[in-house]
Amino acid sequence: MNKNSMIEIKNVNKMYQNLTALENVNLNINQGEFIALVGMSGGGKSTLLRLIAGLEKPTSGEITVGKDNSRSVMRMMFQEDRLLPWMNVLDNLSFGSKDKNTKAHAKELLDLVELGDYANHFPNQLSGGQKQRIALARALMTNPKVLLLDEPLGALDALTRRKMQDLILDVCQKQHLTTILVTHDVDEAARMADRIVVMKESTNYYEEDCPKNRNAGQIGIVADRVLNEILGEKEIQKQTA
Amino acid sequence: MQDSLTIARKKRKFDLPVTKLLPFLLPIILILFWQVSSTLGWLSSSVLPSPLAVLQDGIKLTQSGELPKNLSISLYRATVGLLIGGGVGFILGFINGMSKTCRLLFDSSIQMFRNIPHLALIPLIILWLGINESAKISLVAIGTMFPVYINTFHGISSVDPDLIEMGKSYELSKSQMFFKIIFPAALPQILVGIRYALGVMWTTLIVAETISASSGIGYMANNAEDFMDMETVILCIVVYAILGKISDLVAKSFESLLLEWQTTGRSNV
Ligand SMILES: Nc1ncnc2c1ncn2[C@@H]1O[C@H](COP(=O)(O)OP(=O)(O)O)[C@@H](O)[C@H]1O
Ligand SMILES: [Mg+2]
Repeated sequence: MNKNSMIEIKNVNKMYQNLTALENVNLNINQGEFIALVGMSGGGKSTLLRLIAGLEKPTSGEITVGKDNSRSVMRMMFQEDRLLPWMNVLDNLSFGSKDKNTKAHAKELLDLVELGDYANHFPNQLSGGQKQRIALARALMTNPKVLLLDEPLGALDALTRRKMQDLILDVCQKQHLTTILVTHDVDEAARMADRIVVMKESTNYYEEDCPKNRNAGQIGIVADRVLNEILGEKEIQKQTA
Repeated sequence: MQDSLTIARKKRKFDLPVTKLLPFLLPIILILFWQVSSTLGWLSSSVLPSPLAVLQDGIKLTQSGELPKNLSISLYRATVGLLIGGGVGFILGFINGMSKTCRLLFDSSIQMFRNIPHLALIPLIILWLGINESAKISLVAIGTMFPVYINTFHGISSVDPDLIEMGKSYELSKSQMFFKIIFPAALPQILVGIRYALGVMWTTLIVAETISASSGIGYMANNAEDFMDMETVILCIVVYAILGKISDLVAKSFESLLLEWQTTGRSNV
């Protein structure tokens, strides 16, 4: 394994009965890198994240995470908040962590996501954006090294979404997290990621490195290029038809 | 702004006793009407004795110790039957909900058995167990087992797979998975089953005690019928109504205690 690399995906295939969800995926992700995974719906993005998280096994190929390949360094966040509705916010955060001073840590994280006053609320008393912020805080509870985000902002309105993007970016940079963000929003990908990976049918992957400290214009250009890459062939087919 | 808030609050305070008392209005009017009709002789006491007469009968039977004795034996049968039936139903629902193999093995047989009305088993159970305690308790147990089984099974097998996947990503053990995610998620449905079982419990017991018993409220009613003792017959019916209402209230308060998270709505923010 490369010294800097955090996640190594080698020749990974995943079949569901007769359906090929992933075919020969190869991807190397460095420590502290922020990757955006984009592509058509049904392209296998969620499947890849589940494989990395160890929730499922690849049909063939190999995935290595960190030096000791431990699953506990990873935390996931989904489009649904997946909070436990019968626990209040504080208990939802403590859920799954084993050390003693969880309460204090949980309160710190609640302050970080600016929901310090909501410790005793139940999830059904919160808005969608608030719930996702709690879900982010929960993911951070066990001090993960890797964040796997499966369209976590997909259900939020544009304004809340933008604030969440900044919050996630901030946290990832400050804690040097290795992050994989699945998103269907190419602008989001271009705004947040160090590198954008476009998953396409067959073994065809396209990667785009994003400039550091990019401005709105650069984001637009990157987003356009990625979008063309995703839709490319189909657009061309349409035009020639 | 401030004013409209205080007005709203005042209004609510005023509303509270009214909404609490309203459900009692109709029964009270009915009982008054009944009493008046009896007193004025519109209702013959051989058809329907007056509420006061029933009340006097109740006091008499309580003082003689007959009512408390029969009441406690009925309560004993109901509770033991419910605990056994509910326990078995819960365990069956649990294993079938958790294990696909068990589900395939047991579920269709249980469903078949469920389609037999359990009261139809009375003759068989009397033949097997006689008319002693175990016969009544078994009948209550059989009757209450199915609602608890079905709801536990359904509750456990329909837990949101997203939450289970979330638990897996935390590498929860099997027992942690059950106690932290599956059981609390299934609890509302299980409580629905228990509440339904409470209803079945009383009906089953009444029928069983009426048909074959030498004690209990059902026996008391049946015995009173033999002596044309109208007051006691009505008294027993009233006692049943009260018992049913009390068990429903107990179940409801259990629900609101255990399911606080469901009732704490946005309005409390
Ligand atoms: N558990 C599963 N069983 C069968 N097929 C699945 C399963 N999970 C995903 N798939 C299939 O694999 C393909 C990729 O799905 P997914 O990874 O969810 O795509 P994406 O997240 O990119 O939209 C889809 O065709 C989907 O139907
Ligand atoms: Mg997906």
